[in-house]
Amino acid sequence: MSLDTVKNAEQTPDAAQPWAELGLKEDEYARIREILGRRPTGAELAMYSVMWSEHCSYKSSKVHLKQFGEKAPENDAMLVGIGENAGVVDVGQGYAVTFKVESHNHPSYIEPYQGAATGIGGIVRDILAMGARPVAVMDPLRFGAADHPDTRRVLPGIVAGIGGYGNCLGLPNIGGEVVFDSCYQGNPLVNALCVGVMKHEDIHLAKASGPGNKVILYGARTGGDGIGGVSVLASETFDATGPAKRPAVQVGDPFQEKLLIECTLEIFKEDLVAGIQDLGGAGLSCATSELASAGTGGMRIDLDTVPLRDNTLSPEEILMSESQERMCAIVEPAKVERFLEICEKWDVIATVIGEVTDGERLEIFWHGEQVVDVPPRTVAHEGPTYHRPFARPGWQDALQADAPTAERLARPANGAELKDALLKVAGSPNHASKAWITDQYDRYVLGNTVLSVGEDSGMIRIDEETNLGVSVATDGNGRYAKLDPYTGAQLALAEAYRNVAAGGAKPLAVSDCLNFGSPEDPDVMWQFAEATRGLADACQVLGTPVTGGNVSLYNQTGDVAIHPTPVVAVLGVIDDVTRRTPVGFGEQGQLLYLLGDTEDELGGSAWAQVAHDHLGGLPPKVDLERERLLGEILIAASRDGMIDAAHDLSDGGLGQALVESCLKGGNGARVVVPEGLDPFVFLFSESAGRAVVSVPRSEEVRFNDMCGARGLPVARIGVVDGDALEVQGQFTVTLAELKDAHTGVIEALLA
Amino acid sequence: MTARVGVVTFPGSLDDRDAQRAVRLAGAEPVALWHRDKDLHQVDAVVLPGGFSYGDYLRCGAISRFSPVMDTIIEQARQGMPVLGICNGFQVLCESHLLPGALTRNDSLHFVCRDQKLRIENADTAWTSDYASGQEIVVPLKNGEGRFVADEHVLDELEAEGRVVARYLDVNPNGSYRDIAGITNAAGNVVGLMPHPEHAVEPLTGPTTEGLGFFTSVLKQLVNA
Repeated sequence: MSLDTVKNAEQTPDAAQPWAELGLKEDEYARIREILGRRPTGAELAMYSVMWSEHCSYKSSKVHLKQFGEKAPENDAMLVGIGENAGVVDVGQGYAVTFKVESHNHPSYIEPYQGAATGIGGIVRDILAMGARPVAVMDPLRFGAADHPDTRRVLPGIVAGIGGYGNCLGLPNIGGEVVFDSCYQGNPLVNALCVGVMKHEDIHLAKASGPGNKVILYGARTGGDGIGGVSVLASETFDATGPAKRPAVQVGDPFQEKLLIECTLEIFKEDLVAGIQDLGGAGLSCATSELASAGTGGMRIDLDTVPLRDNTLSPEEILMSESQERMCAIVEPAKVERFLEICEKWDVIATVIGEVTDGERLEIFWHGEQVVDVPPRTVAHEGPTYHRPFARPGWQDALQADAPTAERLARPANGAELKDALLKVAGSPNHASKAWITDQYDRYVLGNTVLSVGEDSGMIRIDEETNLGVSVATDGNGRYAKLDPYTGAQLALAEAYRNVAAGGAKPLAVSDCLNFGSPEDPDVMWQFAEATRGLADACQVLGTPVTGGNVSLYNQTGDVAIHPTPVVAVLGVIDDVTRRTPVGFGEQGQLLYLLGDTEDELGGSAWAQVAHDHLGGLPPKVDLERERLLGEILIAASRDGMIDAAHDLSDGGLGQALVESCLKGGNGARVVVPEGLDPFVFLFSESAGRAVVSVPRSEEVRFNDMCGARGLPVARIGVVDGDALEVQGQFTVTLAELKDAHTGVIEALLA
Repeated sequence: MTARVGVVTFPGSLDDRDAQRAVRLAGAEPVALWHRDKDLHQVDAVVLPGGFSYGDYLRCGAISRFSPVMDTIIEQARQGMPVLGICNGFQVLCESHLLPGALTRNDSLHFVCRDQKLRIENADTAWTSDYASGQEIVVPLKNGEGRFVADEHVLDELEAEGRVVARYLDVNPNGSYRDIAGITNAAGNVVGLMPHPEHAVEPLTGPTTEGLGFFTSVLKQLVNA
């Protein structure tokens, strides 16, 4: 086999190269030739092709994403913003928290277990690379119709993969979402979030500076897994001596990652690294070019030194391999010995593979010959930018005109029909108990989980002495976003913000995972443009900046795109986790208050979906100032002991919230429909900016005074009582009936 | 002088810091022990914590059993030192032949995490003396390979000698024979338990605080000894 060296590339300018097979456009290939002043070598072509891919370069999305920076609200808590592995937020007492949500959609469709498992592995390394100890994970998931055969294929594997990897890493899974909708058939969404905690002084960045500093690759050996487009190139260049049919999906080893975490944290503790980057998508190509690009520019790598699982790998393949559980560190020469000692202690393989140079080029050698000689910025940070055309879809007006009015969709007309509708929603796959899934995840490990399964947010204690804690909620509603992507994205943020506040924490910052169809479709691109604009505008009003995240495009089957699905994660801080507010109604006799305004808003609602399989009209209106006020009330009431339970109202409305709070707390409730409100609208409307809270009688006056003084509309709607949910004058349903409808649904579908 | 309770960290141990916290909350001094170090650093008792030591590759606990620290622990356990193996630690104790039987894949074939009701069947071991015999407690359970199995005659012997320490109530979460959640050796100093008492020691983070008794039991025994 022949090696395509830099020298060879100079001498054979006209050699045919498989740029199209690697996914590059003709003008992109021409630009690479222009940058280098010659044709790229095979290794260079591989690097550019993968780093300039949509996944790595954000070439279609970045013109829109820049709003998150431009419109970012002033926020003193931001320590590290967009552009690093993950954003970092100050949570007080010298602690900083980093968090990020990312997608692993396509791999999880192809190979559900490993796709989902390595999704967890990748996001955990991102958090680790910032200098933080990972402390929790969450997983927003979306599947096709619950009764579709392919859902039965992918769901158990995805859940087992998330559990198998996360449980073995010892990270509690503190929440997430499970949504079924036929639009995700053939394209499930597997998003994964990780939270990490560190002290301010421990923040680490991905940059390589200081000529003479060593580049150390540590963790798993490099194998032939996860080589996507590059196998095309390899098959062009090499004969059949190499391993055939390499899997494009990576294979995870959580045990190796656990060692990597402990080893890396010990290395941080002794202050042994000048820069660090995890190896994820695009493997060594990405890590070396990003580290060099963010540093002083020069780096020299000897690929022969990379520990391999498979000795037949070509230099191109080594550069592209996405083998999991690897990290790359920049270490001063005097600290190398100690670094290697710690790796040895944890049985982690570590190898010096190169060094930072005083030049400005990334140079990679193989068997003594140079195969890469590039300006690293052109690979990592100066990829192509597209201004994709977008236009409001022709069908949007008709969709919005198809509102679920009483005239068009028959509504429950009496108590018996209301009860039936309540049970149907509570027992629908989207609103039924997810215990079959969440019981496969360890929520207890590390011993700091304060809120998790079935709560509005996941909450973790970060200091056992002071009880400082953080909470995270993730939300997204593709149905709302389909009806109006601008509002839908804002509703996702509003809901996550509300969920964090309902637990008693103050929302601080946002991470987002933007799941959309093909950017080459102007309809989809319009959805993307609208959603990013909506989210950026809303973050500005709520004062919660986007700290990072991920874009996943091409989520579609054939020509049919998924619903636009911006998933928004909000991070909050709580000074004293013992003051957190759970969802469950814990004490009989407490008073139930509905906070916020309820209007006839059923567009995109759970009821419309469950009762009529209908999607049309407009989603609920967003009032961000109201969301902020509601949040302030919920946080103050939690801190001052005025409420003992709180549940945000979102999909399924008040009815679903009452079902969940009753079942979670093991107590019934008697409620009265407020005067002037239609019972159906009362129970099923999904108006935003609302919550239901349980107030001890001794706190009623104080709570009312606070809401009155701040101008938040509240209505006393009932009392925690008995072992049934009674809507007076309408119906009574026992907790046993509710439980029967609400549980066992997922397992029955998968059986 | 307070009792020193060692908690071993194997590669892949996960609940080691949780076990240390439980030891501390019970009033003893937790001491971190490292798998490669034969020295037990003058501890009075040892906890083998939960996790996936060595990735649970090959067979759960099968590799840890050969670590240097286990040589000393096996020797000391035979001389009466209290040893508690939780979850993966229970698996290590079985692989070490300090306890009979084995832990195999849950009959559901799924990992399961739930708040589990147990009945303490033997309140005379080093780790259960603070409970009453027959007492019912709720502690978290989380395992993928927690199904206790043994030959019929071994099971009969365990029952006859009162060596079943705890049994699952209401739900058998993993298909364990005779609902067995934990067992002890004949001397009562070595206990293996599949559920996680160290996760039920604080009202804030656990379903109950009913797991603390395992740690106060051993402390009492050590102080009285």
